[in-house]
Amino acid sequence: MIVPLSWLKEYVEIDITPQELEKKLFDCGFEVETLTQTGGDISGVVVGEVLSLEPIPETHLSVCQVNCGEHGNFQICCGADNVKAGGKYPVALVGAQVYATARDHVTVEGLMKIKKGKLKGFESFGMLCSGIEIGLNEDLYPGADYCGLLVLPEDAPVGADIKPVVGLDDWLFDVSITANRPDCMSMLGIAREVAAALGKPLKMPATDYKTDGTELSGFRVSVEAPDLCPRYSAHYVRNIRIAESPAWMRRRLALVGIRSISNIVDITNYVLKEIGQPMHAFDLRDLTGQQIVVRRAAEGEKIVTLDEKEFSLNPANLVICDGEKPVALAGIMGGLNSGIKDDTADVVFESAKFMRDNIRKTSRALGQHSDSSQRFEKGVDEYATQLGLKRALHLIEELQCGSITETGIAVSENRNPDTTRPLSVSVSKINALLGITIPDDEILRILTNLCFAPQIDGDTLSIQIPPYREDIENAPDIAEELIRMYGYDHIQPTFLAAASVTNGGRNAAQSSLMKLKRVLCAQGLYETIHYSFYSQKDLDLLKLPADAPQRQAIRLLNPISEDLSIMRTMLAPSMVNAVIRNVRRGNDSGRLFEIAKTYHSQEEHPTQEPEEREALSIALFDGGKVSFFDGKAVTEAIADAFRLQFTYRKPEDSEKYPFLHPGMSAELLLDGSVIGWLGMLAHDISDAEVPEHAVFLAELDLTALRPHLLSELHFAALPKYPVVQRDIALLVSEKILCADLEAVMKRSCKSLSSVTLFDVYKGKQITAGKQSLAFSLTFRSDDHPFTDSEIDQFVAKILKNLSKEFEAEQR
Amino acid sequence: MEKQIKAMREKIEQAAAAIQDSKEMYQLRKQYLDNKAGQISALMKNMRDLAPEERPAFGKIVNELKTWALDFFTEQDARLKAAELAKKNAAEQIDVTMPASPHTAGALHPNTLIANELIDIFAGMGFTVFEGPEIENDYYNFTALNTPKDHPARDMQDTFYVSPELLLRTQTSAGQIRVMENTKPPIKILSPGKVFRSDDDATHSPMFSQMEGLVVDKGITLCDLQGMLDVFAQNVFGKNVKTRLRPSYFPFTEPSVEVDVSCFSCGGCGCRLCKDTGWIEVLGAGMVNRKVLENCGIDPDEYTGFAFGMGIERIAMLKYGIPNIKMLFESDTRVLSQFSE
Repeated sequence: MIVPLSWLKEYVEIDITPQELEKKLFDCGFEVETLTQTGGDISGVVVGEVLSLEPIPETHLSVCQVNCGEHGNFQICCGADNVKAGGKYPVALVGAQVYATARDHVTVEGLMKIKKGKLKGFESFGMLCSGIEIGLNEDLYPGADYCGLLVLPEDAPVGADIKPVVGLDDWLFDVSITANRPDCMSMLGIAREVAAALGKPLKMPATDYKTDGTELSGFRVSVEAPDLCPRYSAHYVRNIRIAESPAWMRRRLALVGIRSISNIVDITNYVLKEIGQPMHAFDLRDLTGQQIVVRRAAEGEKIVTLDEKEFSLNPANLVICDGEKPVALAGIMGGLNSGIKDDTADVVFESAKFMRDNIRKTSRALGQHSDSSQRFEKGVDEYATQLGLKRALHLIEELQCGSITETGIAVSENRNPDTTRPLSVSVSKINALLGITIPDDEILRILTNLCFAPQIDGDTLSIQIPPYREDIENAPDIAEELIRMYGYDHIQPTFLAAASVTNGGRNAAQSSLMKLKRVLCAQGLYETIHYSFYSQKDLDLLKLPADAPQRQAIRLLNPISEDLSIMRTMLAPSMVNAVIRNVRRGNDSGRLFEIAKTYHSQEEHPTQEPEEREALSIALFDGGKVSFFDGKAVTEAIADAFRLQFTYRKPEDSEKYPFLHPGMSAELLLDGSVIGWLGMLAHDISDAEVPEHAVFLAELDLTALRPHLLSELHFAALPKYPVVQRDIALLVSEKILCADLEAVMKRSCKSLSSVTLFDVYKGKQITAGKQSLAFSLTFRSDDHPFTDSEIDQFVAKILKNLSKEFEAEQR
Repeated sequence: MEKQIKAMREKIEQAAAAIQDSKEMYQLRKQYLDNKAGQISALMKNMRDLAPEERPAFGKIVNELKTWALDFFTEQDARLKAAELAKKNAAEQIDVTMPASPHTAGALHPNTLIANELIDIFAGMGFTVFEGPEIENDYYNFTALNTPKDHPARDMQDTFYVSPELLLRTQTSAGQIRVMENTKPPIKILSPGKVFRSDDDATHSPMFSQMEGLVVDKGITLCDLQGMLDVFAQNVFGKNVKTRLRPSYFPFTEPSVEVDVSCFSCGGCGCRLCKDTGWIEVLGAGMVNRKVLENCGIDPDEYTGFAFGMGIERIAMLKYGIPNIKMLFESDTRVLSQFSE
C-alpha cells in the first residue's frame, strides 16, 4: 500500500527523516518494500522568470532571456505558445534531467539530459518545461496537463529548486501489511502505528457535519443475508452539485494512483484510502421504491457493472438491490443502472461490512476485481464502517457539494461498533512466553501509545481493545504487541534452558533410505528431483494405452496448466523427459535416479487421503554404450548393499511395458513378488526422442522394498580350508536361461558355494540356435580339505544333471 | 683340475657377458647352480671318484667356485633387472598435465545435501524426523493451524486442490498437527518435505521443499527460539553470522517473526546478494499459537513451544550460489555433477 509522507503528516507529527521512519515501521512489523521520492528522476530544474522574449522570424520559436536567480541569466529558445515576458516557468538548466516527451508533448518517452543547443542560429542554454516534462499531471498540480509551459505562481522564488514549489518533494512508502492487520490498510491505520511507534498523539480526521433537517420518508434498508453483511449503513444526501474536487484531494488521490473523476466519486475513493472503508454512492433516482435490499442473488440473475460487463449470478453472490433489481455487486462494483451521473442530484451513500470470504469468492468466480473488493477481501471492521460514513458526510459538507439529510439507516446486530473489548492477562505469563522481563512502565507506555488503555494491578494487566483491533484475542497477542514495540533486539538467545533432554536423529527407516541414496551415488548416479505432477501427454510419451492403470491419476482441480495437471502414478515419464532434456542440451551421458512419492486414489474412499507410495526411478544413458547389464549392475548393487536376493524374469505380459524393449526388459522380484521393472527404452521411443542413444530405465516400488532395507550387518565365518575353483563351458540351446542352469548346478552339489557366468559365445564355431556359456564354479568345505577326485565327482554330477535337464554338453 | 675349474669360470663369464635379459641369465644360472642338474653340482658328484686324501682340497675349490658363482649371478641379475626397470620406466613416460580419468562418483541432490546438514544440526539438539503425507486434508494444512476457511491468510498461499477437502500441502507445518495429536510433550521434531503452491515464475516453483521445526515443552520462550536459530545460522552459513528477528504474521504462531541472517557474503556491509541491506531473509518462525496447541489437545497454559519453517531450495541457492530455482528440477547433469561429495 502506497503511503505518501505528506498525507501521513496530516494525522501525526513526524520529526524524523523518511529513512528513519522506514526503519521504525520495519521494526514494528511493517516492511517498507520501496521508499521513493516523487520527482526522484528530475534534477537541475529551477524557477525561472522570462525577462524578455524576441520571436525568431518565420518560426514559432522565441529567444527568451531568463532570470534564474543565483544560477544566472540565460538565453533559452522556446516554442511554447504560452510563454510571456514576466512569466515564471520551470527551467531545466544545462545538465538537468527531465522526462522526454513524444511529438504530442504528452506521452512520456523516458528521460533526457539537457545540453547546450543552437536553434536557427540562436544559442540556447537550457529548456523551459511543461508539467509533463517534470513528471506532473493535472491532479498533482493544476495546469500541469497543458501541453505548453507550466505556469508557476507569481510568488515562486526565482532560482529556487522546482521540486518543493510544485510538490515534487514528497516521499512514497510502499508498505507491506500482514494479513492480521487489515485495520492498517489505510492512511489512518498506518498513522496510528506511526503515532504509537513515535510516542506522538494521533490527530483524527474530522467527522462532524450538520444536517439540513430534512428526511426522506419511506426510504428503507433491509438486509436479508446478515451472515454475509453484518452491517449495512446508508445515508441520503440531496442537492448534489457534481464538480471537480479541490486540488488537495486530487493531489492525494493522484499520489496513491487514483485518477480524479468528480467530487462525489473522489470522496468515496478518498475515504477508502484514508479510513480504509470502501464506499459506494447510488443515484437515488435509479433506486426503484426508494429502498435497498441486501440479499443473495437469484440463480441466473443478471447485473451489468459500471464497467459495462454483464455477469450471470447465483445464490453464492451477494447483491445490493432496489425494490426490483440488483443495483450493485456487493463490495465489488456498482451497477451501470444506478451510478453517479453528471446530473445526479440525490445520492445514497453506502458504507457496509461484507464478509471477506464471500467477497473473495465472488470476485474470483466472476473475475471481477476492484479497489473495493480487494479491501473487503482483507476484512473491514464495523468501526470503520461507521467512521468512514461520517468522514464522507463531513467531506460533502467541506466540499459544499451536497446537503446532508437526517435520513441515515444502519442495519446491524451490533448497536455500537465504537465499543472497546476488555481483556485481562497475566504479566508474568507474557514475560514467560517472551523469555525476558519487560518493565511494567514500558508495558504501560507501549500499550498506552497503542490506545489499549492499560492498567496493571499486581500481575494482572487489564486493557481495553480498540474496536478496530479484531486481531487481538489473548495474552500472546499482547506479547506480540509489546515485543514489536519494545524491540526484538531485547531478545537474548538462550538454549532451551527449561526443556527436557530428548533423543534425536533419524529412525532406522529414514537412515536406510539415506544409505540407499548413497549406494546409488556410489554407482555413479546423480540424484534428481522432478515435479510431482505431469500430464497425460507424458504417459503418451511412454506409449501407455488409454486403459493403462497408470492413467488412473489424481487430477488437480486447479492446475497451473494442463502440463502439470495430474499427480504422478509412476516416475519414469519424468525420468525419460530428464534424459531427453539432457541429450538436447548436449549432455551425452548421465546416470540418474529419483526417489519420490507416487499417488494413487482410493476409489472406495474418495474423501480419504490418497495412497502415497514411494518409488525409485533409475535412468542411464551414454550414447549407444549403455546395456541392460549396466543397469542391472545398479539394481544388483542395491541387493548387495542390503544383502537381498533379487531375481529377474522376462515380463509375463510384455504389453504392460510398452515403453521397454520387448527383448531387453525384465521384472524384478523379491521373495517371489514383483517389486519393479527394468529394461532398455523401446526403440520407437528412443529413436524418436533421443536418436543414437540407448537408454536404460528402471523403477522399483520402494514402499514394498523398504521393510527389507532394515537388515543388520552380520559377520560370516571365513572358509576353514582353501576354496577350489573349476571352470566349465556348456553348449546349450539359446532358449535356456542362465538362472535356470545356475539353479540346477546349485541343487546338484551342496559344496558349490557360487556360480559365476564369465563368458557367452554364439557364432560360427557352434551350431546355430545354440550358445556356449562358461561358468566359474567355486567349491567350499568347512570340514575337510577337498581332494582332486572329490571335485571331479562334483563336476561330473553337475554336468550329468545339466545334460538331463537342458541337454547341455560340455565344450 | 684347477684348470678345469678356471675354464668353467671363464665360460660362465663369457656366456654371461653375451646375455642382456634377466630371464636368460636365470637359465644360465640354473645351468650351473641347479641343485640336481647344475654343472657345479655335477663336479661335486665327481668327488667320489677321487682318492680320499684328494677330496678336501677338491671340495674346497669347488665350493669356492660355487660361492663365486652365486655372487656373480646375483650381481648379474641385479645389473640386468636395474637396466630392465629403467627401460620399462622410460617406455612408460606420461604427460602428467593431461586431464584426469573421468570420475564415476554420483551426487546427492543439493536439496538432500541441505536437508542432511539441517537434520545433522538439529539431531544433535534432540530433534527426530517426521515425514507427513503430501496430499493433505484441509484440516491439517489449514484449519488446525488456525487458518479457517474464510481466513485471509489462505490467500498468502495459492493452494492446489484435488477435491474440496483434499489438497497438496502448502506447508510442512501440516505435519506439526499430526505429531502433536499423537505425541505428548516434550516434542522436538523436524519435518522435511515437498510442498506445493500455485506459483510459477522466475523465482517461484509450483513445487519446492521445506524444513519445519517444532519444539513443545514446559517453559519454552522466544529467547529459546532465538538461541536455536543462532545455532542453525552459524552452522549453515558460518561462525560469524548473526540472526535478526522482526515482526511478521503467520496464523499458527503468535508472536510471529521473520528471521534474517547477516549477509555471509559481505559480512553485513551491503552487497548484491543482500540487496545492500546487510541482511538476508531465510525463514519464518514464532511461538506456537495457543489455538494450535488446543486443537491438538495440548494444554497451552502448561506448555509453550516454537516452530520455524524454511525453504530448502532457498537455503541451497544462497549457500551454493545457484541463481535460479528451476535449475534444481531440470536434472541437467552439468548442474548435478557439481554436487558430488
